[in-house]
Order: sequence, then structure tokens, then C-alpha cells
Amino acid sequence: MNIYQEELLDHYENPSNYGTLPDPDISHEEDNPLCGDKIRMDLLVEDDTIKEVRFCGHGCTISLAAASMLTEKIQGKTLTEVKNLTRDDIMDMIGIPLGPVRVKCALLALKVLKAGAYGIKGWPGEEDE
Amino acid sequence: MTQKTMHTSDFRSLDVQSIREAFPIFADTPPLAFLDSAASTQTPRPVVEAMDAYYDTYRSNIHRGIYRISEEATDQYEKARKKIANLINAPRTSQIVFTRNTTESVNLVAYSWGSINISQGDEIVLTDLEHHSNLVPWQMLAQRTGATLRYLEITDQGLLDFTQLQDILSDKTKLVAITHVSNVLGTINPIQSIIDAAHAAGAKVLVDAAQSVPHFHVDVQQLDCDFLAFSGHKMCGPTGVGVLYGKLELLEEMPPFLGGGSMIRSVERDITTYADVPAKFEAGTPSIAEAIGLGAAVDYISEAGLASIHVHEQELVKYAHDRLQDIEGITIYGPEPHQKAGVISFNIDGIHPHDIAGILDTHNVAIRAGHHCAQPLMKKLDVIATARASFYLYNTLEDVDRLNEALQKAQALMGRRKQ
Repeated sequence: MNIYQEELLDHYENPSNYGTLPDPDISHEEDNPLCGDKIRMDLLVEDDTIKEVRFCGHGCTISLAAASMLTEKIQGKTLTEVKNLTRDDIMDMIGIPLGPVRVKCALLALKVLKAGAYGIKGWPGEEDE
Repeated sequence: MTQKTMHTSDFRSLDVQSIREAFPIFADTPPLAFLDSAASTQTPRPVVEAMDAYYDTYRSNIHRGIYRISEEATDQYEKARKKIANLINAPRTSQIVFTRNTTESVNLVAYSWGSINISQGDEIVLTDLEHHSNLVPWQMLAQRTGATLRYLEITDQGLLDFTQLQDILSDKTKLVAITHVSNVLGTINPIQSIIDAAHAAGAKVLVDAAQSVPHFHVDVQQLDCDFLAFSGHKMCGPTGVGVLYGKLELLEEMPPFLGGGSMIRSVERDITTYADVPAKFEAGTPSIAEAIGLGAAVDYISEAGLASIHVHEQELVKYAHDRLQDIEGITIYGPEPHQKAGVISFNIDGIHPHDIAGILDTHNVAIRAGHHCAQPLMKKLDVIATARASFYLYNTLEDVDRLNEALQKAQALMGRRKQ
């Protein structure tokens, strides 16, 4: 199966929840040093639950489509649920096999989200995914 | 017969079809359009066979074995060194040090030569075009010693700005470390003038020849460079072996880089007498099969003819410029084809380079996308990344056509712009 299939391209061209929040409870940005892609995520959190989410940044189809899909997935979820998201959840969401370089693209949004949810210091880091 | 005659006379065009038969990777129909040789080349059968012969018939460690196959391994390893010395016209074979790759060669000079020649207030001159391998080792040396890095910048055409050279060079300049050919833009730098100017200022010169030695004839005596570094895997050889050439008096005065077996004359509990060059810089069991493979690769590209390879790549890059420049929204970076090697870096409006490479891959066209280990140059070009196609002796005009067609398809697929 081709990674350039309709669903991913749709997310890339018309991403969900694209933009920023004026007064977010959590705002975090990370980049992928391999390609310079950059994603920021803003979250509005009430009672440990994600009320609103926006993302922005620049990147390839995979990194932006994954970010768009992830924002849809986490709407209404608790921060604990977000912290428990894994690499496999993202791969299931993307739904097609990716090579090791493109996996990094796909995981960038999750990295941003988890680093934000944990707070930088509390995040156990990518290796523990 | 001298190696030099072989390189410069008897120019003939390459028989690319018969060359391709030596590369099993091109046997498929349609074949892989492999356009990433600037990163690492494909391997022809004679190189693999030379390494197989070592493993199958005389596998053993070199230099100290008192038995037939160890002597054979030593002989083949040293013959490979001789072939490399001939290739770049080194005065003596002992001036060829085997390393892992260009990066290790540069680090060897930065640590060893740098430790006795660079101190606080000295200046090391680099250029905007350097690969991280010829930049980070000097940054690390500057941090250790308090030396300063200076950069010769490029013009909008991607050529080095010579008007800056005399301002940058001074009696503080101890070293100029410069790439012969840019791995991103393909720019062929006029290193002869830079070496002459650096020497006039009293500085030594290291040439990063990773992108030049595989593609055209480089003569270290003519250039009069002090050090020259390149990698086997970019010239049809295996990974894991590279070369450092140095002027003999410099190599002799330099302390060892790594300590261990093979690099010693005698060892006592508290003091070691080191071996002569090149053994002084080859601690531990080296990449024996790989060095032998590199020797076979030198034979292979010499037989094809470096002059012929260069002309062939010029034809390919000129053709690629002609075809690709008609693509809507394309930006091609770097100088005109006649001023560069077989490299074409570009971006297409609205398509991330990763996506270009990803879509091309679905059409069996392999190109590179990213910062190409040249982040300062990306910043200078004001881009995050580029897509890059690069050529070698086995590439054809059809490969360029397939690149062009796949780019058109990528554009059709991604043409719907994000709002």
C-alpha cells in the first residue's frame, strides 16, 4: 500500500484543528532534527480532560497528517489517557506500514503531545514508548 | 604504464550498458533509478568478488601472521594502499592512511595535528559549503583550544566568494579546511587557488575530497594540499574504509590518534615507541576485506576512466537541468551545470522534500531529501531541506527521464494546495 493514499492526503490538505489557542493550559513545540519539521500543540485542559486542541507547524505529509489525526483522537480524552498513548497507537491510526525514517515523521506529533502533557522534565522520553 | 597516463589520456565515452551489467541491483525491469550516489554508491561485482576471495580463501589477520594466508592478506591489503596512492598520485604509498571514512580522516587530523598546531587565538577557515564531517571536528577543536572558526561565504550563485578570501586569511590562519565539491550544490571549488593563497598566508590545507576523488582525477602533488580525505563507499567500494592522505613530514610529526595494537614499535610498562606512518595511525585490526575491496574499486573506476566518468556525469547533470527547470514551481540550487559535479538539489513549491522522495520511491526512483549533513548551508539557502539527485557512472539519461516523470506525478498528486 502506498503512503500517499487519499486519507492521509486529505488530512494534509485540510488538517483538523489547525491553528493556535489564545490562552492554552499546555503549549509545546518540538522539531525533528532529521528534516527540520516542527510541530506545536496547544491544549485547553479542564478537570484533567482535553477540551480543545490545536496544532500548527510545517512538515511533510506524514508528520502533518499524523498530527491532524492525533488531534481528532485526543479530543475529550484525559491527560492520563494521552500519556498512555504509544507508538503502536499512532501506527494503527496511520494504518499503513512506514519505513524507519518516516516513522519519526509520524511520531513527531505524539512526541510534542506527550512532552507537553507530562511537562518537559516529567516525560520519560521516547525510548520508553 | 603510469597511473597518471591512464587517467588523462585515451578519453572515451562510457559504455554504460556494459557497466550496469556489473551491478546486480540494476537487473530488475524496470530497473531501480538510483540517484543517491553522493550519499553512497552501488557496488560492482569485481569489488564484492575481491572481498569474497579474501573471506573464502585467505581470511586471516594481517602484518604478524607467519603463515601463507596471513602473508597473502597482508600483501593484498598493502597492494590496495598502493593502488590508492597511484590514484591520487601520492609521492609515497606510506602517505596513505586507512581510516573508516572521510569523517574519521578529518577527526584524525583535528585531534592529532590539531593537538600540536592549534592554540588560543589561532584561526581555522572553513566555508559555507562544508558537510558536517568537515565542520564539527573543527568546532570541537576550536572549543578545546580557544581557536576561532572563520567562514568563507558563498555568492547567490552558490560559488565561493573570492573577494572575501584575502580578508579572512591572515597570520592567525593555521588551517583552511575546504570541500573540493559541495555534496549539496555540486559546486566544484577552485581549490588550487585557495591552497595557493592559504600557503602564501602560512596556513595548511585539508581538502575534503569525498565528492571529488570518486568522480574526476585528483592529483595531490599538483594541488600541493597538506591533507586530503575521502571515503571508499562513495567510489564503488564497501562501507567501513576511508582514506587520509597527508604530507609525509606532517604525518611524521603528528602524535598517534588511537593507541593499541599495530601502531607500536615497542611497548614497555610506562612508555611506547610508535610505529612509522602509516601504521602509527592504524591501531587495531583494520577493515581488511574493505581495504581490499576499495583496491578493487580503484581498479574498477580507473578502468572505466575518471575523465570519462566526469564527462558522463556532466552530460547527465546538464540534461537534468534542462528537463527539471521546466517543472512549475521548481527551484534548483547552486551554480550552472558546467560549474558543478553530478549533483542537482531542488525544491518544488508546496511539496515537502520528504514527500518528493517518498512519492519518487513509489516509482522506484531513489533520491535523497533532507539537510544532507549541511545545516549551516540550508540556513544560508533559507530552506529547511532540499531534494537531491546525484549521478555516477552507471546512471543513464533514462534515469533522468524517470526522475522527471516521477516529479510530474508527485506534483499532480500533491497539486491540491493546502488552504
